[in-house]
Amino acid sequence: MGFEQIVFYVFSATLLFAGTMVITVRNPVHAAMFLVLAFFSSSALWLLLEAEFLAIVLVLVYVGAVMVLFLFVVMMLDINLIPLREGFMRYLPVGVMIALVVIAMMAYVVGSEFSGHSIPARHGADYNNIAELGRILYTDYVYPFELAAVILLVAIIAAISLTLRRRPMVKHQDPDAQVKVKKEDRLRVVKMDAEKNN
Amino acid sequence: MNTLGRFIKSLFLLELLRGMRLTGRYLIGKKITIIYPDEKTPQSNRFRGQHALRRYPNGEERCIACKLCEAVCPALAITIESEEREDGSRRTTRYDIDLTKCIFCGFCEESCPVDSIVETRNFEYHGEKRGDLLMTKEKLLALGDKYEQEIAADRAEDAAFR
Amino acid sequence: MIEFISSWGLPAGLETLIIILVKIIAILVPLLIAVAYYTFAERKILNYFHCRVGPLHVGPRGWLTPIADAIKMMFKEIIIPSGANRTLFLLSPILAFGPAIAAWAVIPFDAELYLADTNAALLYVLALTSFSVYGIILAGWASNSKYPFLGAMRSAAQVVSYELAMGFALVGVIMAAHSLNLREIVNAQQGGFWMWFWLPLLPLFVIYFISGLAETNRPPFDLAEGESEIVAGYQVEYSGFGFGLFFMAEYANMILISMLTALMFLGGWLSPFEGIPNLEEWFAWVPGTVWLLLKTAFFMLLFLWVRATFPRYRYDQLMRLGWKILIPITIAWLIILGGAIVAGLGPWFD
Repeated sequence: MGFEQIVFYVFSATLLFAGTMVITVRNPVHAAMFLVLAFFSSSALWLLLEAEFLAIVLVLVYVGAVMVLFLFVVMMLDINLIPLREGFMRYLPVGVMIALVVIAMMAYVVGSEFSGHSIPARHGADYNNIAELGRILYTDYVYPFELAAVILLVAIIAAISLTLRRRPMVKHQDPDAQVKVKKEDRLRVVKMDAEKNN
Repeated sequence: MNTLGRFIKSLFLLELLRGMRLTGRYLIGKKITIIYPDEKTPQSNRFRGQHALRRYPNGEERCIACKLCEAVCPALAITIESEEREDGSRRTTRYDIDLTKCIFCGFCEESCPVDSIVETRNFEYHGEKRGDLLMTKEKLLALGDKYEQEIAADRAEDAAFR
Repeated sequence: MIEFISSWGLPAGLETLIIILVKIIAILVPLLIAVAYYTFAERKILNYFHCRVGPLHVGPRGWLTPIADAIKMMFKEIIIPSGANRTLFLLSPILAFGPAIAAWAVIPFDAELYLADTNAALLYVLALTSFSVYGIILAGWASNSKYPFLGAMRSAAQVVSYELAMGFALVGVIMAAHSLNLREIVNAQQGGFWMWFWLPLLPLFVIYFISGLAETNRPPFDLAEGESEIVAGYQVEYSGFGFGLFFMAEYANMILISMLTALMFLGGWLSPFEGIPNLEEWFAWVPGTVWLLLKTAFFMLLFLWVRATFPRYRYDQLMRLGWKILIPITIAWLIILGGAIVAGLGPWFD
């Protein structure tokens, strides 16, 4: 067993363990942390597949931003876990069925995609995965890519317009106006005679 | 123009840079720290530090138990008890200053008609156990003997203003 | 050194491993010493800004102060609050310190002096600096106390917000250098002082440094600590070496940000006298690492200078600065930069 295989099995085992813990552990913050661990081990697996860009972006986006917001929310919530655990046996058959369907779908997709192919050849150390990715993204897949970008933009605008509300009664500071203020605007120097004390 | 000027000023952080120039000047400027136990600031001859009771050159204690200092003390730090001595003079049997109460205002020294209670320049004293900062008559007289030269010199220097 | 190890006649894999470990130690030991003495430098220099002289008495002219601090911290008791989440409480200082150290793996110190020469170096650094926020959030939550929790919440929102501005500033660097590789970014800046990226990317340079201040929770953006409001924020419940690790992580991150700024905007190990007759020959003997360290030291000083000069931001001002000012400026400059690159604007992009 080569070094790479050892690394692969270690990270796969970590990934499976972390994935199991995410759905079994009681504390939601612990669950979130195990999800982070799962992201890390899958990104390590991607690194083994020479997909360093995807691996690091997975860490950057999911671990660095999405999970932080997750944790943010989870920590603020006061979750009562007992009602969430009720009816486990009742929902079990449905859950098992869905799981089976997902597994079948994955087997179908993965099997048809890769059964006929051999393992892709390893590239040299100077092979630039990122440049290749960029080239494909901006040539072959430029329309899907731009479409995805437009959809995201629409989503951003929608989210902002949904949460933006003007409240005319609220008093708030305007830093631009504050910075503009000069001495003359606030201070009036009055010249007057000294008061007589008699 | 004015708006544009302000815009440039804030965009290029000009005011922040001015602030940093000011602090930078202090970075390379002269340092004014007194490294205390090794260096000391000059003291005035009117410095009001730890108290002492003085004696006359012939060894007689000056205090005549008039209790003016006890009366004037704003912090009620001074306690005096007096009795007649064998030679008929009025003398203190007890003269306590509680240094934990004292605010070092110097009124006791001002009020003293015979320049007996004085405040020395010593401010570097401490107590290691309870009661160390309650100055009794013996301790105060011992301090007076110890610092007499300095006390006398300071009083002489200040005499014209009294 | 490498020849010495290969003379042992070990199997090839083990030999590579040992060489990598030796390189890691060769980076970590100077780094930890630098962290220790950066704390000393901070005290000393901040004191100078205040017209004071700073620590003087431990060792000759105070030079053993950081050693004394470290020993004191190591031997202090680590107190775990009774209501705290024990595992996460102990894990979070490690989570804060680990990424701060791990990010150094991809930093090149000279044209041929590096541990890992990866194509995604910049992304890797960005990912790890964003990961360091976990230490702070978990510390705040696991302490089971009000102030730490407030500090953690502030820090989480702050780091996520400023990461965007930081990322956009890096996008500009990537566009100008046509690479994510730090070594190639430096090599793209060849040609002397006026060719370094600080000039064509001036707004991004300033914004990167400002975001760096926010990302490392340094003044004037140290709301996660904010001692006048929430005492010490997420560090309140930590004592002994737990606190020490947070402390070291903060300083390691500061040095990291300084070095990245030097690499990306000030030409890394390139000599500032490149292309100037006479001066270039006179300073040709100086190794590139020295130039890099000098530039890094300049930004490290700037961290302290800013701390000595500006008061702390209010939280709403912080958010406004990040979202409404820095991000729009970076986006605007990216558009200008794109135009300049397409037009081949000389002397930088021709």
